[in-house]
Amino acid sequence: MTDATQDSGPMMAADGTTLKSSLNRALRRQKLRALMLIAPLLIFVLVTFIAPIADMLFRSVENQIVSDTLPRTTTLLAEWEGDGGDLPAPEVFEALYTDVFIAQERKLHTRLGSRLNYELTGVSSLFRKSGRRVEDMGEVYQDQFEDLDSFWKDSENWNALMGSDDWFADQTAWDDKADTRQPAFELREGIEDLLPQTAATFEIFADFVQNEDEDNLAKEDPWALVYSALYNDLIQEPDVSGYAGPGSAELLEAMGAVGTFETVDYPAAFEKIDKDWHSIDVWQTIQTYSPDFTSGYFLNAVDMKKSPDGPEMRPDNEQIYIKLFIRTLFMSLVITGSCILLGYPVAWILANLPARTANLLMILVLLPFWTSLLVRTSAWKVMLQQQGVINDTLVWLGVVADDSRLALINNQTGTIIAMTHILLPFMILPLYSVMKTIPPSYLRAAKSLGATNWTAFWRVYFPQSVPGIGAGSILVFILSIGYYITPELVGGTTGTFISNRIAYHISSSLNWGLAAALGAILLAVVLGLYWAYDKIVGIDNVKLGG
Amino acid sequence: MAALTPISRTPVSFYVPVVAAAGAVAGLFVGTAQGSSLIGILIGAILLGAIAFLLTQIIKAEAQGRWALTAVFAVAGFLMGGLAAGIIGLLFGWFFGWFTFWLFEGRYRAYVAPYLTPGQVLWHYTFRVICGAILIFLITPILVVMPLSFNAEDFFTFTPEMLRFDPAGYSLKHYEDFFTNSDWQGALANSVKIAPMATLLSVSFGTLAAIGLSQQHVPFRRAIMAILISPMIVPLIISAAGMYFFYSRIGLQGTYMGVVLAHAALGIPFVIITVTATLVGFDNSLTRAAANMGAGPVTTFFRVQMPLILPGVISGGLFAFITSFDEVVVVLFVGSAGQKTLPWQMFTGLREQISPTILAVATILVIVSIALLTVVELLRRRSERLRGMSPA
Repeated sequence: MTDATQDSGPMMAADGTTLKSSLNRALRRQKLRALMLIAPLLIFVLVTFIAPIADMLFRSVENQIVSDTLPRTTTLLAEWEGDGGDLPAPEVFEALYTDVFIAQERKLHTRLGSRLNYELTGVSSLFRKSGRRVEDMGEVYQDQFEDLDSFWKDSENWNALMGSDDWFADQTAWDDKADTRQPAFELREGIEDLLPQTAATFEIFADFVQNEDEDNLAKEDPWALVYSALYNDLIQEPDVSGYAGPGSAELLEAMGAVGTFETVDYPAAFEKIDKDWHSIDVWQTIQTYSPDFTSGYFLNAVDMKKSPDGPEMRPDNEQIYIKLFIRTLFMSLVITGSCILLGYPVAWILANLPARTANLLMILVLLPFWTSLLVRTSAWKVMLQQQGVINDTLVWLGVVADDSRLALINNQTGTIIAMTHILLPFMILPLYSVMKTIPPSYLRAAKSLGATNWTAFWRVYFPQSVPGIGAGSILVFILSIGYYITPELVGGTTGTFISNRIAYHISSSLNWGLAAALGAILLAVVLGLYWAYDKIVGIDNVKLGG
Repeated sequence: MAALTPISRTPVSFYVPVVAAAGAVAGLFVGTAQGSSLIGILIGAILLGAIAFLLTQIIKAEAQGRWALTAVFAVAGFLMGGLAAGIIGLLFGWFFGWFTFWLFEGRYRAYVAPYLTPGQVLWHYTFRVICGAILIFLITPILVVMPLSFNAEDFFTFTPEMLRFDPAGYSLKHYEDFFTNSDWQGALANSVKIAPMATLLSVSFGTLAAIGLSQQHVPFRRAIMAILISPMIVPLIISAAGMYFFYSRIGLQGTYMGVVLAHAALGIPFVIITVTATLVGFDNSLTRAAANMGAGPVTTFFRVQMPLILPGVISGGLFAFITSFDEVVVVLFVGSAGQKTLPWQMFTGLREQISPTILAVATILVIVSIALLTVVELLRRRSERLRGMSPA
């Protein structure tokens, strides 16, 4: 080849380009065509299947709820050293007041409470209680401002003071019965320099009323929180002399009076709500779960918890997940083992009988394989229960007494029997396809050389059937480890798997993060096994229905 | 199978004790049911031993002897415990007649290799009995569910009337309930709405992709294959959890569309696997020949390639259909009450133990699966015949 090209220059294709580039172009076109055919399905699977899995993995580490709900508190808390045993500074409590106040208006504080309750029991009720009573703290200032001048009672005055003149005119003219949109709140120019905290708080308030509650801002009285903010601004003695807009006189008057106001001691006020606010544990929990991402769910999923000194095991009475993982693995192993035990003889006889008989018997294997999972599970539920067919037969035969019927269901026995039956075809089919390839003459040769039945089987036949056992076992194990329906229906409380716990956390306890973490661990185990399966058998060799 | 070994009659000292032992086992069951297992064993052994001797040494005519034995046992059973016992007696009579002559004539040796020792022959048959027992284990649940679905009572077990074959013990009321109850009919309607749509999606996308994957040069083939097969590998509960989280984010949770998309994703691996398997035997020179004669790629696909891979596409579609039709975990999470499918309704029924209508539904579903199994098997044979392979 090289000689030829050296002699006569590069080979040419019909269109005058070199053969090499012409071939390359054809190959590229072929690849592109193949990819174009695959692309729609690939995109479909990526969107409908891979994205959900990725979302689940994301949820298992995601933890934005704490920093979203308590943004000010978590920022300030970052510098706090919990080890010293001191409570956070009063500013932190003040930030907590602001955060909890806004959260309870948005009705987010209970959600945060239940989130943190996963980590420290009792936090849920703490937040619920605080949400109800946090308003009292602001009302201390509200009452004093309103006693000072009735100007502060009126929402219209507030709007005129904080909002820009144009917006105020629009808002007053807006008819809340009409279909038009409420004019969006605009801050008065310069007011955020004058009263920075009040302006920021009022903006949050206005945004909440207009966009979340969809009420008429002109008719809503400001939150008590706004009064606390106004107090904080005025106590700094800003230069209000340059301000001449609406309410300038009242502002000046209030500034003169705030020095004599009764003040709120935030740490003490929170302690009055619940003394837990002065417990280091609560603050440490909030601090530990402030970051946007956490390993907390994963630690939870292996019975550990976060503590200031790093991860540590939970107390013995709270450890359930490791036990559950071990039980899932153990029961899957037992199921795999019984499948090998029952599947091996059947596969052997199917592979060694004449084709006609074998095909007939194959139907007995394929029929359950094709029957709906729920049909088979309901059949086992019917057969295994206390008044069921098996117990009735045993009683009729006199094997067990009528008053001591066997408990075959709602325990591990039930799950193992039903799942062995359900997964048995997945063991028989790969075993059968491997055994079909072992020539029967090997066994005869071994026997003619003097081997006993057992030696011939164990030294000659069995080693050749090991790939089938491997393939079937991994398949059965992968399937059983993630089973949900059958354990749920026949497993009771002791025969359930990790998947039942995942479902419980999704639909009952609503601890989605923990469900996602448990799912991620299970997924990792299954993918590991799948990788092994691919090494031993190859994905391309997955066969369906024989 | 042709006989391997010439057979000869066995001595009385061999077959009479063996039949007597078998009789003892049968007597154990009958005796226990009647109150005393010991007497049952004794009577069974003596009776059957005597009968074996009588049949072979005194009556000698095999056909008449066996018929007579069957009849005598059936009548005896009927007198002891009515119709059901009569039928059991009939089976016992037939079995022991066959068993006696099978041993006496030495027929058990005919189909095993001549060089086997008696112990090996015994093991040969023991092994078959074990396999038979396992196969019965595989099939029992289905066999139990079917008769129970005709139960006239609301019980999940056989009533005495059913065991006596009393017509009053049987009824079609659970089937009637299934066809008149609005819950079940609604669930059936949902299943029928969801499964074909999901099948259509996975078959159309899946077939195209399988054709793409079977081309000679596909970059990243293994990675793509792994992604496309993954819905079959990932445990259903994880898929369900992920889809629940993600679909609620994008507003598909609790909608018909969401369930259809989820089921289509689950069905895709089956389509990919079956269609790529069919394409392995596809002769690519056929498409080149078609192109040579002036057919465009679309014409070639529909007139040449499609008819040849159709069996694979249809059986892939059947797999996808049954996946969606049987699926319950994902629909439990992704669906809402408006998408309650048949398996979902069965699941709630089983959890709350509402009514044996479930058994009627189960029977109907078994019949549907038998029909589908037959179709797939016929298609497989047809496709093998078309491609010139002899059916295995």
